[in-house]
Amino acid sequence: MVENRPWLTFFSHTVLILGVIAVAFPLYVTFVASTLTLEQIMQVPMRLLPGDQLIENYSQVLTGGSTKGSKAAVSHMLVNSLVMALVIPLGKMSISVISAFAFVYFRFRLRMFFFWMIFITLMLPVEVRIIPTFKVIADLGMLNTYAGLTVPLIASATATFLFRQFFMSIPDELAEAARVDGASPMRFFWDVVLPLSKTIMAALFVIQFIYGWNQYLWPLLVTTDESMYTTVIGIKRMMVGSDSANEWNLIMATAILAMLPPALVVMFMQKWFVKGLVETEK
Amino acid sequence: MEKRVVFRSAWLPYFLVAPQIAITVVFFFWPAVQAVWFSFQLQDAFGLKSQFVGMQNFAHLFNDRNYLTSFKTTALFSGLVAFFGIAISLLLATMADRVLRGAMAYKTLLIWPYAVAPAIAGVLWAFLFAPSIGIVTYVLKGWGVDWNWIINGDQAMLLVVIASVWKEISYNFLFFLAGLQSIPKSLIEAAAIDGAGPARRFWTIVFPLLSPTTFFLLVVNIVYAFFDTFGVIDATTQGGPGQATNILVYKVYHDGVKAADLGGSSAQSVILMFIVIALTVVQFRFIERKVEY
Repeated sequence: MVENRPWLTFFSHTVLILGVIAVAFPLYVTFVASTLTLEQIMQVPMRLLPGDQLIENYSQVLTGGSTKGSKAAVSHMLVNSLVMALVIPLGKMSISVISAFAFVYFRFRLRMFFFWMIFITLMLPVEVRIIPTFKVIADLGMLNTYAGLTVPLIASATATFLFRQFFMSIPDELAEAARVDGASPMRFFWDVVLPLSKTIMAALFVIQFIYGWNQYLWPLLVTTDESMYTTVIGIKRMMVGSDSANEWNLIMATAILAMLPPALVVMFMQKWFVKGLVETEK
Repeated sequence: MEKRVVFRSAWLPYFLVAPQIAITVVFFFWPAVQAVWFSFQLQDAFGLKSQFVGMQNFAHLFNDRNYLTSFKTTALFSGLVAFFGIAISLLLATMADRVLRGAMAYKTLLIWPYAVAPAIAGVLWAFLFAPSIGIVTYVLKGWGVDWNWIINGDQAMLLVVIASVWKEISYNFLFFLAGLQSIPKSLIEAAAIDGAGPARRFWTIVFPLLSPTTFFLLVVNIVYAFFDTFGVIDATTQGGPGQATNILVYKVYHDGVKAADLGGSSAQSVILMFIVIALTVVQFRFIERKVEY
């Protein structure tokens, strides 16, 4: 702070507190709704203090879903979400780190051609090729499988660029020393490059975990079977209308369950999260 | 920039890039080529026969009032999301950069909506604004506002904008905060000594120096509003009422998956592809410029 202006400091805190309230209010109401009975929610205005239905609502959705909409158990959906949230970042990092290694430490024919191929995927998000991608998945028999949910999402231009950029900053002397000592390229990769990349991998993992957990359009397309729903899709399937027809207490309990894992990751791995976010966008 | 020291192997580099290239070809290029191919075809209702019709799907689209309306809706929607997302987070970041006490706590409390899936953000706000039971609806009624986004198009638009902005604030906030913290304090101090007040310092020094960040966020936010808000729309308004929130991406999905109009949906995909390419080029031109800074 350059100078002391008490009223401006007061104003700053006021704005920030209003911001925090605006950000937290929907979450608070969601939590309260997840602890009430449906009748209590239907009473306008809804009470804004937590009720006593917490255990009932959560055990209901975890074991049996909703009664009007989807009846799939949310516990199983959480497992599916977790599979997506783990396989996508791990798969992405594995294939990106080796391709970036090839681009940086080898000269080979078609190198630039492959590089541009990966670059162009940035311009082809799922949203612009919905139907044909669905067809490919259907032709390969990958509908309603974990492979169908994850494999198409692990190609990544951003992760490849990130690793490439990082490898460029590794001193040439290290590679030289490895070569003089007669180490094979893969030995250099395992013993030097990978250990150096730990930080960047942690950051990338946090971002991609959230990305995988929050996928929506893709699971919506490739899963029709209840046993393959992810949590986010499950919420949508529990909504039978957009107003009072819904069992909001159960939907909100599921929403809390769906938000909790990525929110905890953001809060507790904040350092990696911020690093990952800023680095991947460079 | 190239490495001076490289390894030699006739097969290893190909082996290393193979998985990435295989996935890219099977799930990105092949479908994209098919999208272009389908966009020149007309299929019968059962998907049994298809016929090459040239530009007819495109011509049909540009004569379709719904499609042209969807363009306008998308422009309005992404304009609103980008403007409010950027303005609100810039305000919050400027304030968070000023305060000494509790800066970390504010940051932690402001960034977590990033972790919320767009579809869930939509559900949360749809509940708050639910026409008959929503708590915000109740307050609005007390103020004499008749709120029902299920039948009122403007209100539906407002709902999806609020939900989308709410989710995007944390992302913008982090980038603005990083940008603000990289501005040399000596510049601000010099201006303060010369007698410039906080508002004047903000508009003549801080805001111009933040312009690369702002421009970057503008592009990212437009891309976000174009594509990632699919979940928000699908979980709340589903494009309605009428066509009020039917943005381009939702229309591609709706026409292709729900209405099974393969040619029309593919033609829309191709047009969207051009928009993404344009946005990506703009983004990368900007990044090149930023390096020179």
